[in-house]
Amino acid sequence: MTALVDIAHATKRYGTLEAVRDISFALEPGQTVALVGHNGAGKTTLIKLMLGLVRPTEGSVRVLGEDPAGGGTEARRQLGYLPESVSFNTALTGREVLAFYARLKSEPVAGIQALLDRVGLAKAADRRIGTYSKGMRQRLGLAQALIGTPQLLLLDEPTTGLDPGLRMEFYEIVGELSDRGATVVLSSHVLTELEERTERVLIVSRGHLVADGTIDELRRIAELPAKVRVSVAPGEAERLRGLMGDPASGRTFNGHRVEFDVTPSEKIELLRRAAGAGDLIRDIDVVPPSLDELYAHFLRKETP
Amino acid sequence: MRNVLLIAAKEIQESLRNRWVLAMTALLAALALSLTFLGSAPTGNVGARALDVVIVSLSSLTIFLVPLVALLISHDAVVGETERGTMLLLLSYPVSRGQVLFGKFTGHLAILAFATVLGYGTAAVTLAATGAAIDARSWMAFATMIGTSILLGAVFIAIGYLVSVLVRERATAAGIAIGVWLLLVVVFDMALLGVLVIDQGRLISPAALSGLLLLNPADVYRLLNLAGATSASAFSGMSGLAGTVSLAPALLLSALAAWTLVPLALAAMIFSRREL
Repeated sequence: MTALVDIAHATKRYGTLEAVRDISFALEPGQTVALVGHNGAGKTTLIKLMLGLVRPTEGSVRVLGEDPAGGGTEARRQLGYLPESVSFNTALTGREVLAFYARLKSEPVAGIQALLDRVGLAKAADRRIGTYSKGMRQRLGLAQALIGTPQLLLLDEPTTGLDPGLRMEFYEIVGELSDRGATVVLSSHVLTELEERTERVLIVSRGHLVADGTIDELRRIAELPAKVRVSVAPGEAERLRGLMGDPASGRTFNGHRVEFDVTPSEKIELLRRAAGAGDLIRDIDVVPPSLDELYAHFLRKETP
Repeated sequence: MRNVLLIAAKEIQESLRNRWVLAMTALLAALALSLTFLGSAPTGNVGARALDVVIVSLSSLTIFLVPLVALLISHDAVVGETERGTMLLLLSYPVSRGQVLFGKFTGHLAILAFATVLGYGTAAVTLAATGAAIDARSWMAFATMIGTSILLGAVFIAIGYLVSVLVRERATAAGIAIGVWLLLVVVFDMALLGVLVIDQGRLISPAALSGLLLLNPADVYRLLNLAGATSASAFSGMSGLAGTVSLAPALLLSALAAWTLVPLALAAMIFSRREL
């Protein structure tokens, strides 16, 4: 199958500022991809390149088989976009705005009721957007991005300003879409919430693509230690450290919990010993390196 | 074409909703009515052509007001939406930038035309209702006045768009729009008058004067309405100028059309190249 998005050696300069430097990647149908980076790392520029709102200074960008900046509009019918801090004309109602966007996409206006229901705006649909809360505007933003069952969804910082309950709902909707075969690109700097939900991570830093792969792949490449937390009865921590061969990384908390930083091979050895420790151990947690830690690792590598 | 109409319809819907249309129509109607009834006081009832007097006073008003209103709705069209973030979303849809601009133009012009026809029409209809005798020629001249007022509005909407695509901030656009208004509506005529006084007809021939007047859409409008074939020219004090400047109405109309199309085309060109 051909790639939905194909970016080859794209560079984008604004004057002397290089917002995107020589980035290449391809996105396959059905993938959920996290685009991760600091503010100003080039995430939004990358999304604008995919939308054709800016043209690459060098290299090429192809989206849904078209050059997005080439003036063609067919590909855009298959595309949904949620801008960072989405805004609408506050004088119109949610329903009017969705109807307008549905018509622009040549989609039946009748379909917007289902979208309003889906994002939980059915009751507020006939109120002016000026009266909406930030969360409701964000829901409306998501609803317009979903018009016409897009094959490619570009969501720029979609959960900024949403409360935790809404975030869960939001990721549920995203999950449904990717189950249906849509490619979803999520840009964010809130990494913990992306961790469980993305198959692939692209880390951008100062315009460069510094990492590209699944979280497991990135963990392997980064060789970051996992944490093993072992709980014992109060006062038994020293005995446990002795039993474990007292690795240098062991840290004791409150006299009854010990934390070890271990590489994958050390981890197995440590767990084997723990299994032999019998009644001493009350609980064991193995915490793989989080996306936050991976991100920090790749950024450190980037900036020596 | 469908997209152009969709965007025009949305523009009209928004202007109706935030009461722009209502405010504009009320303003034009109020001014037109007061000019009609206060303005006719000096001529008394002996003036056989009451509507012609109204044409003179209304078109003098139009020269100041319609460009201002047109610039007010248009200077914000692109830069305002870009600043509010709504343009980014709109352009991610299957619609070209040219369609966005022409759609907005269609919508804005429709709003302005509606306000002008209704506002000025009210004055004429009220005048007729009070029993003033109005002949067909005067009605024609009045219709011409409304038509050319809308055309003048189109010129300044187009100029407003050009300003709007050139700048990065709304405040800059507003400043430039006011500058354009002052230059074309006030300063140009004063400067031209000054030059004519100093020149005393030595260098500037009548033909050159005609050319100079075509450089300002407000003057083209003035020539069309105040120096036209009707008796309005006698009241307006433009007959002297009209005697010197001989420009056919067709030429004047095409000048206004050019003043609309050139800025609009430039705006569309710049907008489609611009990166957001």
